Amino acid sequence: MKKSICLYFQVHQPTRLRLYRFFDIGKDSHYYDDFANRTILKRIAQKCYLPMNELLLEAITKQKGKLKLAFSITGSALEQFDRYAPEVIESFRKLADTGCVEFLCETYNHSLSSLVSKPEFEHQVLKHKAAVEQYFGVTPKTFRNTELIYSDGIGSMVYDLGFKTVLTEGARHIMGWKSPNYVYNNDMQPSQKLLLRNYSLSDDVAFRFADRDWSEWPLTAEKFLGWLKGAEGEIVNLFMDYETFGEHQGAESGIFEFMSALPALVAKDKEIEFVTPSRAATKHKSVGDLSVPQPISWADEERDTSAWLGNELQQDAFNKLYGLQEKLSILNDAALWGDFGRLTESDHLYYMCTKFFTDGDVHKRFSPYDTPYEAFINYMNVLSDFIIRVNNAMAERG
Amino acid sequence: MFGWEFPPHIAGGIGTACEGIVKGLAHNGVETIFVMPAASGDEDQSCATILNASDVPVQHVSDTVEEFLDKVKFISVDSSIVPYVDPDEYFDAIEKMKREQVRETTVGFGHKFKFSGKYGANLLEEVSRYAQVGGTIAMQHAGEFDVIHAHDWLTYLAGIAAKELSGKPLVVHVHATSFDRGSEDMVDSRVYAIERRGMEAADRVVTVSDLTRNIVINKYGIDPAKVVTVHNAVDFSGRENLQVERGVKDKVVTFLGRITFQKGPEYFIEAAAKVLKRTKNVRFVMAGSGDMMQRAIRQVARLGISDRFHFTGFLRGQEVQKMFALSDVYIMPSVSEPFGISPLEAMRSNVPSIISHQSGAAEVLKYALKVDFWDVDAMADDIYALLQYPALSDFANRQGFDEVNALKWNNATAKLKKVYESVVNE
Repeated sequence: MKKSICLYFQVHQPTRLRLYRFFDIGKDSHYYDDFANRTILKRIAQKCYLPMNELLLEAITKQKGKLKLAFSITGSALEQFDRYAPEVIESFRKLADTGCVEFLCETYNHSLSSLVSKPEFEHQVLKHKAAVEQYFGVTPKTFRNTELIYSDGIGSMVYDLGFKTVLTEGARHIMGWKSPNYVYNNDMQPSQKLLLRNYSLSDDVAFRFADRDWSEWPLTAEKFLGWLKGAEGEIVNLFMDYETFGEHQGAESGIFEFMSALPALVAKDKEIEFVTPSRAATKHKSVGDLSVPQPISWADEERDTSAWLGNELQQDAFNKLYGLQEKLSILNDAALWGDFGRLTESDHLYYMCTKFFTDGDVHKRFSPYDTPYEAFINYMNVLSDFIIRVNNAMAERG
Repeated sequence: MFGWEFPPHIAGGIGTACEGIVKGLAHNGVETIFVMPAASGDEDQSCATILNASDVPVQHVSDTVEEFLDKVKFISVDSSIVPYVDPDEYFDAIEKMKREQVRETTVGFGHKFKFSGKYGANLLEEVSRYAQVGGTIAMQHAGEFDVIHAHDWLTYLAGIAAKELSGKPLVVHVHATSFDRGSEDMVDSRVYAIERRGMEAADRVVTVSDLTRNIVINKYGIDPAKVVTVHNAVDFSGRENLQVERGVKDKVVTFLGRITFQKGPEYFIEAAAKVLKRTKNVRFVMAGSGDMMQRAIRQVARLGISDRFHFTGFLRGQEVQKMFALSDVYIMPSVSEPFGISPLEAMRSNVPSIISHQSGAAEVLKYALKVDFWDVDAMADDIYALLQYPALSDFANRQGFDEVNALKWNNATAKLKKVYESVVNE
């Protein structure tokens, strides 16, 4: 049996909030920074999504379908593509039409609902599933949660929704002596397969590729393939943000050349091949149960949920938001659900993270705010207005 | 008169107070030469012209600001002295100045001073440099004044120098002491030393409240006989209250000021949580910024009231008026406040106020509700009462409005004039 390489790229863009002041509460219920959202989306489309999609399409054609990979595109990103850059959706659709690309399912708004609310979680998962069907004409069969957050319970929830394969992080504190380079199964649902991210090899591309202080710089496709083949086990799961290509690692780093050279080398190789996540789950047998009682994720050094819910600011904002669910279900108003969904985006909580010392750089790099405190204040002002709208609607309803 | 800021370029309340004092003195027939270190950039060039144009004699008492400004002599001394800032802010301000332009200025004896720098040692260095310049100016204008008046510690050395060189009596004006800036055990001994030196060298020490007078007597060991309280006033001329449309239906309770230890922000937050347990139709606002802001935000989140407790950040210009216009109750829970002008502004904007006994304003305001800063139960009671009982809030509102309108600088400076007369005649 050939060794497998499983590529999966995450596509997400948050709906950034505008500067929303106390004076706006109760007066203006438009919460989003449309200008920033459009500008950033268009920039990343030009630098990453469009050229990289084209590159992958070419590689698939050239290697006659031997390049296989997966995407997960959040509903928040899809909505913004629809508004500001429909050509991006078109180019993903072309990739979908090759049959070599799998589209994964996740929460529509890239939310943390799996940690707090089963109904909201299921709602967002099904909403995303429907969106993928609508945009790309394929039904997703594999699940990846926001930031690869996973626990035995979360796995079971999506198992009940029909997902037999789940992607998550090969977190050291969960794996112990075990290798992420095998397929495992959910401790509570033995027929649900788990694919675990090889963070070391994934981060070689996603974080270290352009780092000239790295002893392995420059990373060539030949060298990297050597590492993939040398890695012990049956499968190497390379999971990363799609913005790695052209945005986090700029075009001048040679990342595009690297990514067009790699499929050609793999196609010629007799020992290794690309697989999609659902193919990986049928091709490889589970080597054992993996018990994950507490949620893990791919974020930060801790690989847990502390990047979003680690401090009291995040917890209070999170609780206040999800505290509205009951009223929202009674009201069942489309506009309110829409804003609620966008407010559930985990990014808003990520900006409030105060873990400054080791991972703070990464947090800062992705945050539109100068400090976590500003992020909190702005979010709470928006949320306060939203709460007023919900309460007014409830009062009208009588 | 030695000050360090004057409207429109002000960082704190002392500039506004100086304007009120100078204006009030003019009304009482006292002429003023106002010396200030101009750190805001645009004063730099006007420095020379002001000196040249400054031999316009001050003879008439005037009513309008413009007319008055023409008559008062301004002497600007370039310096990077910025009062009441923490090291970070000071550093930022310096960096900003450096970006805008690197200046060298020739003052006094022809020494070239290059201004740039760090906090600590350099601020003190600049204080002594200001003293040199102060002395020089006093000599140059020796025949033109009878009394030297210095505002707060940054100008005390200049005042002392001027007194020594000219032989004229010195009055130092204490707007705040080291004990109001830090906590009891965190007093900067260098600043304390300068303050004490200034007070000891002075012929009279003017304090903005009896609270401050007691600190001057007890903590600085100054002879009570030469310490006089002149309460601050406030100038509302030309000000109309804003009409602002409200976004929220709930009542709004506001704290406005620097979010620092001595302003007591945590007591306000605790009181807010208590009020929210009893009534939901209220929101709390903490307007301002400061070194305790992050702690305050955490406290609010921990108490789980962040959907009802809002932070606005630092408010500028009109936004302050707007904030008052949106408020139903104003609160100043200061741990130590030499005077505290903000409740006066709130009451002038028809907002009933709750202030701590530990503030100078409590000595002059009859129609503000008063509590001890640490007594969060009493604070919560008062907030609740002002929100729930219109009879009380209407009364406090109406009486408070009249009360603060009666606090005029003309009256305060008349008292100040008497102080001047007493030292000139000694």
